[in-house]
Amino acid sequence: MLSNIFQLGLKELRSLQRDYALLLLILWAFSLGVYTAASSMPESLHHASIAVVDEDRSALSQRLVDAFQEPYFRTPQRIDLAEMDRGMDGGRYTFTLNIPANFQRDVLAGRRPAVQLNVDATQVSQAFTGAGYIQSIGLAEVSEFLQHYRGTPAQAAELQVKVSFNPNLTRAWFGSVMEVINQITMLSIILTGAALIREREHGTVEHLLVMPVTPLEIMLAKVWSMGLVVLLATALSLLLVVQGWLQVPIHGSLLLFLGATALHLFATTSMGIFFGTVARSMPQLGLLIILVLIPLQILSGGTTPRESMPELVQQLMLAAPTTHFVSLAQAILYRGAGLSIVWPQLLAIIVIGSLFFLAALLRFRKTLAQMA
Amino acid sequence: MNSAEVVARLQQVSLRYADKLAVDQVSLEIPARQMVGMIGPDGVGKSSLLALIAGARQIQQGQVDVLGGDMASSRHRRQVCPHIAYMPQGLGKNLYPTLSVFENLDFFGRLFGQDRAEREARIDELLRSTGMAAFRERPAGKLSGGMKQKLGLCCALIHDPDLLILDEPTTGVDPLSRNQFWELIARIRQQRPHMSVLVATAYMEEAERFDHLLAINDGQLLAAGSPAELRQRTACATLEEAFIALLPEARRRNHQALHIPPRTQHDAAAQIAIEARELTCRFGDFVAVDRVNFRIERGEIFGFLGSNGCGKSTTMKMLTGLLPASSGEAFLFGQAIDPHDMATRRRVGYMSQAFSLYSELSVRQNLELHARLFHLPAAQIAGRVAEMVERFDLAEVLDSLPDSLPLGLRQRLSLAVAVIHQPEILILDEPTSGVDPVARDGFWQLMIDLSRRDGVTIFISTHFMNEAQRCDRISLMHAGKVLDSDTPAGLMAKRGLPSLEATFVAYLQEAVGSPPAPTDNPATPASPRPSAASPRFSLLRLFSYAWREALELRRDLLRGSMALFGTVLLLFIIGYGISLDVEDLSFAVLDRDQSGSSQQYLLNLVGSRYFIERPPLHDYAELERRMRSGEISLAVEIPPNFARDLKRGASPQVAMWIDGAMPTRAETIKGYVQGMHQSYLQELARQSSQASAALPVNLEVRYRYNPDVESLKAMVPAVIPLLLMLIPAMLTALGVVREKELGSIINLYVTPVTRLEFLLGKQLPYVALGMLSFLLLVLLAVGVFDVPLKGSPATLLLGGLLYIFCATGLGLLMSTFTRSQIAAVFGTAIATLVPAIQFAGLIYPVSSLEGFGALIGHLYPTSHFLVISRGTFSKALQLSDLYPQFLALLLTIPLLTLLSARLLKKQEV
Repeated sequence: MLSNIFQLGLKELRSLQRDYALLLLILWAFSLGVYTAASSMPESLHHASIAVVDEDRSALSQRLVDAFQEPYFRTPQRIDLAEMDRGMDGGRYTFTLNIPANFQRDVLAGRRPAVQLNVDATQVSQAFTGAGYIQSIGLAEVSEFLQHYRGTPAQAAELQVKVSFNPNLTRAWFGSVMEVINQITMLSIILTGAALIREREHGTVEHLLVMPVTPLEIMLAKVWSMGLVVLLATALSLLLVVQGWLQVPIHGSLLLFLGATALHLFATTSMGIFFGTVARSMPQLGLLIILVLIPLQILSGGTTPRESMPELVQQLMLAAPTTHFVSLAQAILYRGAGLSIVWPQLLAIIVIGSLFFLAALLRFRKTLAQMA
Repeated sequence: MNSAEVVARLQQVSLRYADKLAVDQVSLEIPARQMVGMIGPDGVGKSSLLALIAGARQIQQGQVDVLGGDMASSRHRRQVCPHIAYMPQGLGKNLYPTLSVFENLDFFGRLFGQDRAEREARIDELLRSTGMAAFRERPAGKLSGGMKQKLGLCCALIHDPDLLILDEPTTGVDPLSRNQFWELIARIRQQRPHMSVLVATAYMEEAERFDHLLAINDGQLLAAGSPAELRQRTACATLEEAFIALLPEARRRNHQALHIPPRTQHDAAAQIAIEARELTCRFGDFVAVDRVNFRIERGEIFGFLGSNGCGKSTTMKMLTGLLPASSGEAFLFGQAIDPHDMATRRRVGYMSQAFSLYSELSVRQNLELHARLFHLPAAQIAGRVAEMVERFDLAEVLDSLPDSLPLGLRQRLSLAVAVIHQPEILILDEPTSGVDPVARDGFWQLMIDLSRRDGVTIFISTHFMNEAQRCDRISLMHAGKVLDSDTPAGLMAKRGLPSLEATFVAYLQEAVGSPPAPTDNPATPASPRPSAASPRFSLLRLFSYAWREALELRRDLLRGSMALFGTVLLLFIIGYGISLDVEDLSFAVLDRDQSGSSQQYLLNLVGSRYFIERPPLHDYAELERRMRSGEISLAVEIPPNFARDLKRGASPQVAMWIDGAMPTRAETIKGYVQGMHQSYLQELARQSSQASAALPVNLEVRYRYNPDVESLKAMVPAVIPLLLMLIPAMLTALGVVREKELGSIINLYVTPVTRLEFLLGKQLPYVALGMLSFLLLVLLAVGVFDVPLKGSPATLLLGGLLYIFCATGLGLLMSTFTRSQIAAVFGTAIATLVPAIQFAGLIYPVSSLEGFGALIGHLYPTSHFLVISRGTFSKALQLSDLYPQFLALLLTIPLLTLLSARLLKKQEV
């Protein structure tokens, strides 16, 4: 039994070894794929386009305009009122600031003049944060200007904000590891699913079945061999690309993370086999994989925080191994958590993985009978 | 021969695949108005020569003149293409399996520019004369092998070709169908005497009937002449022997006339190895195998003959345990077959109809893998593999990949693998289909050795009569029933016919009922049309591809519905899932002051809808631990004496820790808490009425287009472009690559359809499908998600149409340089997912991107349609506002199409 599983697994590895296109894809996914995803991810406010309608043309208004600088903002463009609407409609400016006439005079007189900030709220990622930045930059500038004229008292209480684990909130730290996780899931599902469909299209499954091997052995062989490939790629990617190239510090134990990855792979490769039994042809498998991968990537907490998803989605996604995997990966790699903290997630992955494995095995047995 | 009598002339033609020379300096002439046969072993270049003559393959070296012109010139090819018909090797390779017989023929008729009335008339006549009229509505994939070949022939004949090229049309076809096939060709030639026919075949009995033969070996022409001439030249009685005599010494050396020693133990008490009792297999209503009985003795070679689809393979599969019997029983060595019994599997060797070894493993690796899987003792494996290599003569190819070997060698390898564990029974399903005579004799020698020397029982199915003749006993099967079983001589004696072939045909005709009526003098086909060169661009041909693709799409309901409902599902998931409003964040407090002031400070936080309070913290260690586990994403520390310092104006410092593991979330939390701190200060100032602390300016923030900054309403118009890129591109790419993988792309090579017509024709149905899902998405957005459509729906729809052309065009482009479906899936995923999600402005505006990402962002069609979609949905923009985006899309469409047309090959290279 063990020898069969080992031999069949070796066969899978040999097949993969000959499939240069696939090897190239794996290489790309875990090196350049991770790198581009991590490095092209802009900081939340990066190069935001802003335009200013300055009807005051005073020292203060000039000071305000100059305060918006790279890399948060592009150099502000001075425009007139008519151009403001057109520019915003065409999506050229995300923010426009309208400084009224007599602004400086009114500020000095303590009349609290109103400055209008227009935000293109369809740019959800920048709208909120950007407005916050502009508000605080504006206020700071005006306060400083005033302080120049007359001393203003210190604040009643100060707020000191410390960011743990990623003090500068570098996006690449987060992006790189999440991309590795996405690739782990995507590749393990595609590799096993496609390998099964290929065996079916080439008639080799039938051949296997007349030999003294059981469906369980065939499945376990695919799970260990493809899992091993992805695990190896993951380890290399974390060491060379994430730590080496992107210079992301990893706080926790890499070994613990790889152990968890192995368990996760058990679950995803079983999913892959399951899909391979559901789809009848490669186009169907391709569609199926897209339909499954996108929700897995978007809803597992790797793209947006889980807390802010609708309750139902949160509950449903507990059934996906990726949700637990993403959560434990964040705990281990960023916050340096140990086994004592992440064991609930590990347990969940084991349970989900076993269920998928059993379901896949049942379906696999059944479809094998139909394939012959 | 002067040129009027020659339909094709090859001069010094060579063809090379990678490092293998397939055709080596061949010069030959194909006489006109004759039936010309090409004979020779497998993999010697027959198919390559035919493809070159048909114009399906690009000429590398030498001169090929067909129908009075140079085939290297694309102009000449376009001119003569309507006069050549080419039927590639493989059962029904150029047919579309989900289309019916009529639809297949109709498609080809349209490709050749025939109008409806003409098509109908021709199809009726062809179906009648081939006896296929009854199967008009049956899908081509469900036809038997012989019928598929007849349909293929009909498709080739629909445009009255002057040159008909058939590549092994009868390989794998049963004798009866084979006879009918040649009779059909003969009748057609009578009606159209000026037609030349060029056929490659592995059956020497067939070659005997041809007018002129070309014997090919190793990429070279061995001899040319009529069958009689060839026999005379070699002084042989049969063509099969003549061919072997023509072979160079080296190839002939190993060949000797097959001698079958009689079976030694032939007593009545002989052990029964295989027995079937009333064995039946039903698929739904269809009875594939109907109460079959037979007993096969140990060491016997038992042959199974029958028409295609008569249940031979099914019976064999039941004997191996691959298929469960619906009723009846089968026994191996007296034991009922149990599919779960691993022990019996070790006693059986099985070789399926199609080559089914691992093409990615070398010959040696294949042998070793199977030895291990059959649990040969590790010490014996090397010896056993060496023995197989010697016995099956595989030493030279030990490290080659099976795909690079000629068919005959591959079949030898299959047999070696099937016997590596020394099985007592061998079940072989058409092991010699498509294998040339010399290789076949070698194969049989091996089987005879196994049977006579090792006492292996062999159960074999075949279409070759001379092979059947070598069996100890044979069964004739038809439509799931065994017609008769006896020794070959016994069967012939029963019918009183001189040959086994005639006997078999007689049995079959009796079973079928009346002999298939060769129809009453079919009317002469419509008079040959003036042979105008086909136009450069024809809408009719374009639509014929579109019509066919649409039909196929309609037949594969699962694919279509997955595409439609998949997009809808994804809209829901992403619409609700990508929520950039960060809410329900958990926090805990380390309150070292425990005063009224500290409570008041926290009030803002506790009462906020953004935050959820967890049990308070007691020390830094706890803070550290709970944040590490991810239980809290924010910790607040109020310093001791907060209230006192506040009153004194000593500016006490509140500290907050934010979990930075997820930068977006941390950023948002930072914004929230700073805002709260500000408002606390203002509140404080108001209470103490310190006017100076009030803010000096009043900043009015107006969120435009989406006043509540609701993620959902902003996301839905942005997700629609994303979905309309992913799925249509993937479907279109697969639609083309599928033809490449399954072989029907050959119709692009050999029919007058141009690349542009082909591409646009394939694109249109997917554009229609894309528009359907676009409409569905817009309706959902407005109806279910309540996203107001402020602009003009017409503008949105027009933009959508242009955009879907771009998306499907991108799919076409991907399909032009991928060969396998897996590669197409991966390639399209990479070319669409990353740019559409990351660079097109879905989450981050294009203007904030840098470098390569920004470049892609500015060019990618999704970026433009995103502006159109957001503009019409949220900003009430008109066509006049959005014309730059429309212009960009309008330019992208022809660019993608022309690039794809440029990259697609009109010939195989």
